[in-house]
Amino acid sequence: MDKATRGILLDPLHEKNPITLQVLGICSALAVTTKLETAFVMSAALTFVLVCSNTTISLLRNKIPGSIRIITQLAIIASLVIVADQVLKAFLFDTSKALSVFVGLIITNCIVMGRAEAFAMANPPMASALDGFANSMGYSVVLIYVALFRELLGSGKVLGSPVFASVSDGGWYVPNGLMVLSPGAFFLIGILIWIQRSMTPTLQEAD
Amino acid sequence: MDFSNKYVLGFALVLCIVCSALVSSTAVALKERQDANKELDQRRQVIRVAGLAQPGEALPKETVDTLFENIQGRVIDRETGDYIDVPVASVNPVKESKDPSMSSSTPSEFKAAQVSRLSNRLQVFEVKTPGKECLVLPIHGKGLWSTMYGYLALKNDLSEVVGITFYAHGETPGLGGEIDNPSWKDQFPGKGVYGTDGVGLGVVKASAPRDKAYEVDGLSGATITTKGVDATIKLWLGPAGYGPYLEQFKTQG
Repeated sequence: MDKATRGILLDPLHEKNPITLQVLGICSALAVTTKLETAFVMSAALTFVLVCSNTTISLLRNKIPGSIRIITQLAIIASLVIVADQVLKAFLFDTSKALSVFVGLIITNCIVMGRAEAFAMANPPMASALDGFANSMGYSVVLIYVALFRELLGSGKVLGSPVFASVSDGGWYVPNGLMVLSPGAFFLIGILIWIQRSMTPTLQEAD
Repeated sequence: MDFSNKYVLGFALVLCIVCSALVSSTAVALKERQDANKELDQRRQVIRVAGLAQPGEALPKETVDTLFENIQGRVIDRETGDYIDVPVASVNPVKESKDPSMSSSTPSEFKAAQVSRLSNRLQVFEVKTPGKECLVLPIHGKGLWSTMYGYLALKNDLSEVVGITFYAHGETPGLGGEIDNPSWKDQFPGKGVYGTDGVGLGVVKASAPRDKAYEVDGLSGATITTKGVDATIKLWLGPAGYGPYLEQFKTQG
């Protein structure tokens, strides 16, 4: 693997992570991370949309007139999101109910438009697909980390099966209500950003 | 790169056609599956509110189908209370209430539920499971932020409530959102339905004087949601809602 491809694949996981570094896609990271299952499905939906939209936009990049490029990107992204939403409703109904409007809101997820405009418009399809995949993974890693801790601390469970026996079931663990609410996700993302910046001095801005 | 206006317009047109073809073909291809899912979901709600399943019990499709052998979904005429002979799944009262030709506006004395129109056709589910006979009625009304959709289950002789549930609402989590909290809903079973003058069942503020046989505690910090639930119950059990049907059902047994 040459250096450029490695960069495309690995940077979004750490040094250019869309959530912790660029602080994009926060709204869904707060909303759908009370349980691991919804986080997984959300990640899969975003991966599908981002890979397909990056590839399509990259294929068309020399054909898209500059004057209508944003609306073109949006139309392509919106169509893919609707397809993803319809598929979820048909095959994973319960999870799609839990995700409610947030699948539809992938349309406005800044990561998708951001990658289309910043990368796919200027790079060949293969590299764009990789870039889309890598950025989805960067998003997914953070989403799964947040969801894991929120589900564990908020309800004492992982993927719906009890890990800490909660008080209401006769156990010892008092669920932390804060983790179930959105601010819990803010704290977790904040802690992650803190750890990441402390470990990587190059990411720290000068005061 | 410079593109002529003609090219730009052509590009936009082709893009629109391709995108809409993609979206509509997926929607059409998956519609059948989605409808089946929706119906299954509705059936699960009916089973839960009728008390045919343990709380928290997973209900796979097979279980739902077996339990539903004893549950009959019917369509009724709201004004007369008579049965209409069409499949339940073909009727969508919430959608039909928006169509002026299939609905009429809510009488002013029931405006508190903030449901502006009522559809002429309604769904009911008659549960015939031995020992658990009851009627399940879909209800909806407005809380503080959102329309709350739910089901109310009543004993066959309309003497008491079997259960209530709200499956879709957008009330404040932790305050009004507590309407789907099992410990709050548990106050309903056993309450009386019709008092000496009309609908007795209702929700009142915790500190207010009330008739314990009919009325349950409101949620503190959620006055408007609570009032909405109360108005919703009064609307649907009243003469503009399921009233005529319930009366007929009771006399005919």
